Amino acid sequence: MWPVASLSFLQTPWLALPELVRYLLVLVGQILALTIVVVLCVAFLTYLERKVIGYMQNRIGPNRVGPRGWFQPFADVIKLLVKEVVIPSSANRFLFVIAPLLSIVPALATWAVIPLFPGFAIADIDAGLLYVLALTSLGVYGVILAGWASNSKYALLGAMRSAAQIVAYEIAMGFALVGVLMAGGSLNLGKLVEAQSGGLFSWFWLPLFPLFIVYFVSGVAETNRAPFDVAEGESEIVAGFHVEYSGVAFAIFFLAEYANMILIAALTAVMFWGGWDSPFAGPLLGFLDGTILEVLRLPGIHWLALKIAIFLFCFLWFRATFPRYRYDQIMRLGWKVFIPVTIVWIVIEGAMAALRVGPWNT
Amino acid sequence: MNSITNAIKTLTLWELLKGLQLTLKNLFVRKVTIQYPEEKTPQSPRFRGLHALRRYPNGEERCIACKLCQAVCPAAAITIESDVGADGTRRTTRYDIDLFKCIYCGFCEEACPVDAIVETRIFEYHMENRGENIMTKDKLMAVGEKYEAVIAADRATDAPYR
Amino acid sequence: MFTTFLFYALSTVLLAAAIGVITARNPVYAALFLILAFVASAVLWLLLEAEFLAIVLVLVYVGAVMVLFLFVVMMLDINVTTMREGFLRYAPVGAIVAGIIVLELAYVIWFRSDGLPVGAQLVPRDGAYSSTEELGKVLYTQYLYPFELAGMLLLLAIVAAILLTMRHRPGLKVQDVAEQVKVQRGDRVRMVQMKSESE
Repeated sequence: MWPVASLSFLQTPWLALPELVRYLLVLVGQILALTIVVVLCVAFLTYLERKVIGYMQNRIGPNRVGPRGWFQPFADVIKLLVKEVVIPSSANRFLFVIAPLLSIVPALATWAVIPLFPGFAIADIDAGLLYVLALTSLGVYGVILAGWASNSKYALLGAMRSAAQIVAYEIAMGFALVGVLMAGGSLNLGKLVEAQSGGLFSWFWLPLFPLFIVYFVSGVAETNRAPFDVAEGESEIVAGFHVEYSGVAFAIFFLAEYANMILIAALTAVMFWGGWDSPFAGPLLGFLDGTILEVLRLPGIHWLALKIAIFLFCFLWFRATFPRYRYDQIMRLGWKVFIPVTIVWIVIEGAMAALRVGPWNT
Repeated sequence: MNSITNAIKTLTLWELLKGLQLTLKNLFVRKVTIQYPEEKTPQSPRFRGLHALRRYPNGEERCIACKLCQAVCPAAAITIESDVGADGTRRTTRYDIDLFKCIYCGFCEEACPVDAIVETRIFEYHMENRGENIMTKDKLMAVGEKYEAVIAADRATDAPYR
Repeated sequence: MFTTFLFYALSTVLLAAAIGVITARNPVYAALFLILAFVASAVLWLLLEAEFLAIVLVLVYVGAVMVLFLFVVMMLDINVTTMREGFLRYAPVGAIVAGIIVLELAYVIWFRSDGLPVGAQLVPRDGAYSSTEELGKVLYTQYLYPFELAGMLLLLAIVAAILLTMRHRPGLKVQDVAEQVKVQRGDRVRMVQMKSESE
């Protein structure tokens, strides 16, 4: 560990700082590090999206900027940053400017409670699950206000669609999470992950399979991704709520959408797929202990990252596969299919918990 | 029975899975994209690109200002003015093709009795200023002179089918 | 010290936002001020370490109710001047309602406070104490019947609202999405094998 040792000359001035200052510095450092990682992930997610969808459509995708096109996201970012932000003359200036911020803040702030590796989340709060629900529900304001403040009919239509859709799917999402917290017996996300410990088959996706499907699909709908992207529906309402946005303001909406995608993938991984837990951790593979393969059984952030990557791939896979839902069908799916499914499964789960069958012991 | 299988299919999202399987399969299919500036698709000798006016091997202009091309042009892109030349033959004094109007149908080439106006294989060209979209006689002649070898070879290949 | 400062700062924001709700000319601004008021009061609750209540306030009111409010407000074309016309006429009624609410609050705070620890020194709990858990226990044991009753009332409201909007007119052509989804390729298309024909 030579890098740490070489930094040891910093130890004395560091300890000389007051405790509060040290605490704040560490906290700000953690937040900055996580934000930068998320933003970088977003950058490469846009690249990956174009690549994956391209490959699925028998194309190659971007391959001109840098080796194999790896620097494409940076080219895109620079392009967006130097473009002019046009504010429509009859738009509501204040809300128009503040709307992108309202959509990015919840997308990034929710990361605070995600347990990244054993025993660590930036804010390890008790009501983590509720915090997640509350903040994801705030994201809709950015969309609504952007649509309204633009003073454009397409933007307003997009905002309306998006608002109705998010409200509808949030209920299904919330119910799916009720099932998770019933199984895990805690609102703390770290404890939820611990409750799932023990390898692939003790994770919640198995006993809560319908809830997992409902949660993930609702997550796709909540982030306004294809096939639920009627809020931006290019062929119907141009680009929906962000028609009037350009340059940096548009980039922030873009960032928020992709950050939300990563967030939904992370939450699905944490709540149904054991978070940082290793899939090989179960007693079935206990014979690996002591061999070189034992590292596979150790929990860690790499497992979380891998799971997030798999779910992100699913997002892109869906987009490449499914045609856009019709709006009334989206509403029907949310209200008439998902919500009943979740309620029924919660009842079943409650019965199983009361009769002491099933993997959870609460 | 059918309704039962349908119900099972709906419940297991069978059709969606089938769709996902198709796209996943295509993810690994070999890509056939042509890397354009470096690689190019093969061109037919009948390719209809930028226009050119040709000369006979002895240097004489082919065009006799019969205006058949102007008459046949469906987009009315060709404008011709003619006069008697110094050697007493009828020659064009103006031969303009508006590239914005032209639809590259090749009718002018078909109509020409002396193979004067032709469409070459050139398809990578651009304009930077207004008015550059008009191919004047000089420009057409210049193109013809520059690419005469290719043009002549292409006509020769196609000759048996005409 | 810092908490006191935060309390006063947030209270100021809360009061300003509340005043904003009733003075804003634009109904969208009024709704946004209401959201700000909710958020400020949620943070006030956080100061009291009542994180469950705070987050639920944000989740339910800001995340769901106000979205629908904004939804409606944006769709309507509200003319502010006509709304202001009846101000003087309704002012006495409003004043009476406000007076009653003030009296009720005063009654609770000053006269019935013997059972309630109003003004008592707040005791901070340690980290293991979960207000969510405590609240859940109380709700599902001591106050089970009132809780269930409230739930039934809400369910009734939902059913009633749906009933009010369900009007079946005869002869109305309605799309049945379930039927549409159920359609298979075989129901619409018949694949025919035949030899090629010449004219």
